[in-house]
Amino acid sequence: MTDNILVLLDSTPDGQLSKSVPGLLGAATGLGNPIALIVGAGEHADALSAAAAAAGATKVLLADGDNTIYSTPTVDALQAAAALVQPAAVLAAHSDQSKEVVARFAVRTGAAVNYDAIDVTRDAKGIIASHSAYGGAFVVTSAVTFAAPVITVRQGVVEARGTAQPVVAEKLAVTPSGRKSAAIESIDVADAPTSLRPELRGATKVVSGGRGLGTAEKFVLVEQLADALGAAVGASRAAVDAGFVPQTFQVGQTGVQVSPQLYVALGISGAIQHKAGMQTAKTIIAINKDETAPIFEIADFGVVGDVFTVVPQLIAALEASGK
Amino acid sequence: MRIVVLVKEAPDTYGERFLDLETGLADRNKSDRVLDEIVERALEYAISYAEKHEGTEVVALSMATEDATASVRKALAMGADRAVLISDGALVGADVTLTAEVLAAALTHIGYDLVIAGDQSTDGAGGVVPAALSELLDIPQITKLTTIELDDKAVSGTRVIDRVTLKLRAELPAIVSVTERFPDARFPNFKGIMAAKKKPFEVLSVADLGADIDVLAKPRAIMTEISAKPPRAAGVKIVDEGDAGNQLAEFLKKNQLV
Ligand SMILES: Cc1cc2nc3c(=O)[nH]c(=O)nc-3n(C[C@H](O)[C@H](O)[C@H](O)COP(=O)(O)OP(=O)(O)OC[C@H]3O[C@@H](n4cnc5c(N)ncnc54)[C@H](O)[C@@H]3O)c2cc1C
Repeated sequence: MTDNILVLLDSTPDGQLSKSVPGLLGAATGLGNPIALIVGAGEHADALSAAAAAAGATKVLLADGDNTIYSTPTVDALQAAAALVQPAAVLAAHSDQSKEVVARFAVRTGAAVNYDAIDVTRDAKGIIASHSAYGGAFVVTSAVTFAAPVITVRQGVVEARGTAQPVVAEKLAVTPSGRKSAAIESIDVADAPTSLRPELRGATKVVSGGRGLGTAEKFVLVEQLADALGAAVGASRAAVDAGFVPQTFQVGQTGVQVSPQLYVALGISGAIQHKAGMQTAKTIIAINKDETAPIFEIADFGVVGDVFTVVPQLIAALEASGK
Repeated sequence: MRIVVLVKEAPDTYGERFLDLETGLADRNKSDRVLDEIVERALEYAISYAEKHEGTEVVALSMATEDATASVRKALAMGADRAVLISDGALVGADVTLTAEVLAAALTHIGYDLVIAGDQSTDGAGGVVPAALSELLDIPQITKLTTIELDDKAVSGTRVIDRVTLKLRAELPAIVSVTERFPDARFPNFKGIMAAKKKPFEVLSVADLGADIDVLAKPRAIMTEISAKPPRAAGVKIVDEGDAGNQLAEFLKKNQLV
């Protein structure tokens, strides 16, 4: 019999599986028999179960959520699911919600956590997680000394995918633990972005702008190039701090970490904390008017020049060639 | 009210950071070590609250090797009332759950109304210790706050994750973590630095905490292998002479990136 791998899935406020899910279920398929847990699916239960099965879950466990209690109901559900399926590993996205849930699950059940894995494999000795440390300067593999590991997986980095399965969904009975919890007083969901631009996390192409763009109005240049390339938009922290774009656009050590095929840095100096979020990109292009900017040390193609002249010409050239 | 701030030392991210390729641990000799930036913001919040609310004690708590003393003393120079450093050879290379077990024991030993941590550290980036502590101590957690309101009975704040904004509230005692959106920390002044020398600074071992922590009894995460990635080499660099945009378009086409 193949080992069960329990996978906690994140979903979005509008009832879709999070983009981390296919990679998570892909990673789980490489380790054993992936069984998904979805908490608080509510009216979207059927659609979410079908999507999870299509991404490789052989069974979907559905647990009720609670919109008034923060985090604890999901921890309780994970505990109930693990008791039921006795997994050889528990996988979850290294997302803001799930990483905390699995940490609480781990201390509650006495398990060890390997967090922020970029790959998960299995050999004769057990399950091994790989990690990228200090912004990609080091690669570390980790394991647990014994028992089933709890592993969080960085979003958008696993390329493996599961194979579609027939939908088998089951309601999971959960006994509330009664742990002391914060109360949720209100939930506000901003409208989904109307643009068809790809999401930054997991994007294959990213165009980012920095302080060099000058103002929020002039930052549209970044968006125009992104649209010409079909890329996601990112930013440096200085651009976020200056209010050009919201914090969710920040690339770097304390923002989103990306590993795209193409990364274009416009008016970004290349501070070490920024590089920590993008230096594993396949191809890096930088445009900066300061020829000593550190971003050039890692750029495959660097242009010493003004973004406001170089980028419009680039966009025109791309459009002229029918792109 | 007693506020305990979890302070963590990390390699200075402005310099290059190294991992020791034999032990897999941070190479302290090669990188400068400082208080982690977000931790400083957490301290700043606690200290400014204490300045406005008489009877508030701010304790800086850290788990680190003894050479972290200088970094922890900075917390005292900024204005924390006392510091506790948990330092024990048995803790070298501690994983998340062991770290949380030790900090939970230390927090129980010190006593607290509110625990404040940074939402993530620049070297570990796990960001899960506060959640693990809430579970171990059975206190509510509110993490990754961008704003915070505190009174004698409760703490509340806003957490923004992607498109979702949550308003959360917890009765004290509770644990919160704050993000880099919090205001910058003050620089310790001369008076603060002098005063820090006279403030209580306890260094405790795991045994001193009187807690039952058995490193080997529970499963732990361990590093099995480590390697340094070859540094990325720079490629072509051109100075714009009026056609750089066109050259870039050519480069993208040639490399099938459009
Ligand atoms: C703990 C910590 C965490 C951090 N985390 C992050 C993080 O996650 N992400 C992040 O990005 N930063 C982070 N930072 C901040 C980081 O140190 C830098 O301050 C930041 O990345 C700088 O952003 P920038 O490159 O846009 O701005 P600057 O460093 O000011 O660079 C602007 C660049 O634009 C160029 N420029 C100006 N005008 C033009 C023009 N017209 N055409 C072309 N070029 C032009 C300039 O030559 C300059 O190089 C962190 C810092 C700390 C301490």
